Amino acid sequence: MLYQTSQLTDRTYGAIHHNMRSLTTAGLIFGALIGFSGCVQVTAPDKPIVINLNINIKQEVVYRLDGDAKDLINEEADIF
Amino acid sequence: MFDYMKKNKALAVVGGLVLTAAVAVPAIAQRDPAYAAARASGAIGEKPDGYLGYVTSPSPAIKALVEDINIKRKAAYTRKAQETNSTVEQFAFTSGCNLIMRTAPGEKYQTPAGTWNTRDASDPVRDPRCP
Repeated sequence: MLYQTSQLTDRTYGAIHHNMRSLTTAGLIFGALIGFSGCVQVTAPDKPIVINLNINIKQEVVYRLDGDAKDLINEEADIF
Repeated sequence: MFDYMKKNKALAVVGGLVLTAAVAVPAIAQRDPAYAAARASGAIGEKPDGYLGYVTSPSPAIKALVEDINIKRKAAYTRKAQETNSTVEQFAFTSGCNLIMRTAPGEKYQTPAGTWNTRDASDPVRDPRCP
């Protein structure tokens, strides 16, 4: 009987202890999140974001089109 | 009778010459004098993107002239881009490489950095992708 009681008590203490541990862990994570949120600051850039379209022009394409470009310039000399 | 034929022949020759001139003129179409003058004066210049740009603040006449030519250029680039399976920007850029190379000494061209240079006897400063 005595043995059973102490066993029950131990289990109760164990359960409380376990709960406290998980609470502590959750608290630590929560605290860490709050702490870190102060470090990561995202601010919008004051200048507009410019995407350079020139990256779409590759040297090999320029070489391929070179002859056609020369032809066009000779054909329509009045606008070049 | 012979006289009449002779006259006719002369007429035919004149007609032929006129016809030749009419056909030949579009083939040797040259720059409009106002456009040539604006280029020579350095008021406008060639940009790396294949279009004309203003070196100095343009007069309304020069502005109209440049806009007209740039619209015609874009139409030509668009047509050629379709023929060559490329984009208008790619074809215009390739043309820009050539147009800057063809500038005459004294004419203006824009460097990749955006500054306007006067063409001299040396090679112009162009994009490294230019052939």
